[in-house]
Amino acid sequence: MSAEKPQGCEVPARPGLRRKGLHACCAPAVATRFLTSQFSLLTFCPLLALMLATSLGLAGCRQDMHDQPKAEPLERSDFFPDGRSARPWVVGTIARGQLREDEHLYTGKVHGRHAETFPFPVDARVLERGRERFDIYCSPCHSRLGDGNGMIVQRGFRRPTSFHDERLRKAPPGYFFDVITNGFGTMFDYADRIVPEDRWAIAAYIKALQLSQNTDPQILTTAERVRIDAMAGTPAGEGGPRQGGSTEEGGR
Amino acid sequence: MSQIFHPSTNTISKVTLLGAVFFLAALLWVFGVIVRSPYVTEANVVRQQPVPFSHKHHVAGLGIECRYCHTTVETSAFAGMPSTKTCMTCHSQIWVDAPILEPVRASYRTDQSIEWTRVNDLPDFAYFNHSIHVKKGIGCETCHGPVDDMALAWRANSLNMEWCLDCHRDPARYVRPRDKVFEIGYKPAEDQRVLGERLMKEYAIDTQRAVLMNCSTCHR
Repeated sequence: MSAEKPQGCEVPARPGLRRKGLHACCAPAVATRFLTSQFSLLTFCPLLALMLATSLGLAGCRQDMHDQPKAEPLERSDFFPDGRSARPWVVGTIARGQLREDEHLYTGKVHGRHAETFPFPVDARVLERGRERFDIYCSPCHSRLGDGNGMIVQRGFRRPTSFHDERLRKAPPGYFFDVITNGFGTMFDYADRIVPEDRWAIAAYIKALQLSQNTDPQILTTAERVRIDAMAGTPAGEGGPRQGGSTEEGGR
Repeated sequence: MSQIFHPSTNTISKVTLLGAVFFLAALLWVFGVIVRSPYVTEANVVRQQPVPFSHKHHVAGLGIECRYCHTTVETSAFAGMPSTKTCMTCHSQIWVDAPILEPVRASYRTDQSIEWTRVNDLPDFAYFNHSIHVKKGIGCETCHGPVDDMALAWRANSLNMEWCLDCHRDPARYVRPRDKVFEIGYKPAEDQRVLGERLMKEYAIDTQRAVLMNCSTCHR
């Protein structure tokens, strides 16, 4: 409510209202003028009008506060011609701390050739992370086994080469990193969805997956076999489809 | 001069006074019902979208994980909406002629954004952060409901402040193991109270509520 007195409004303010710092113009002028007694019913009319004005004013404020003139992520903007508040990078922009100088870590190559090694030590934690990321981003097509029979392939996507194929078994980790980063054939790149460290973790997990499908069981100790048998009943990772989930419409 | 009012009007005046109290209470109650109703909160109201994207088909039917599309949910305040490119990862090959996907293809061709209708939107003065909730073991479905059953998405909860505080007062009722956060249809393997209390210690969740119940945690 504006504190300034509007022009041409000379209605005397009621003392009671003035004491509270409110301007008489807020109440209907007619009602104030014809007040005869302090206990008149008419006393309530300006009050009611005030309350109405205040609540209407508050309703207006409410919307402003709920939807402030700031850009929430991906919110529409009327300022830019393309309607996006999220601005595309100017070509060549490098964010602070994102100068990707390390060829090995960020391109998967060493001297222009696919790296045979990982840019950081691979331990159980990295493999676990790799499995989780593989199950999220790769398994829809490549399947959790890596044989290329994922759900999306079953629904008509071009079948990718099995990871247990001779060529891919011989491929170095840097090759898998490169494919995730730049795509391959009908596969889009995942550079915008998977950070480089996770791409390496996935590459490591693919290597482990290949090993798991091409190992002579005879080399395992009895203890290891018992452990594997015990794990056989549990799913290989989290977040998979629910049992019976595929009873849904069945694709088109 | 005789009395204007008959003595019986005393009763009427008393009843009127008492009635006014009830009337005001009823008014308050109606107000409370209205602000909590879907009319205001938009909870359980299916939203129309430019493309009738079905979570039910993609999540329950195909088994695509939440994070395949909502990639930043673990690392940022915003869960992340998939770009048109994410849709086209599959739909450059599958359903390439489907008319309902034309807006997606048009977006890919012309580099114009698809304008989705936002389903879960908090007021701009509340600063919600997805990553911390994921990190502390709050499942997607705890807030977003049975997303795998939503042919078209709806807001599963009111997102009112009282709803937020309901959990912030006593998170032990909802906390689940971190590896179950993205699971839909999760059932705790043990008593939720025992599990919740234990996980709160393990995940260093503010058991004193000094942060959880602090105004500036959500309002800055």
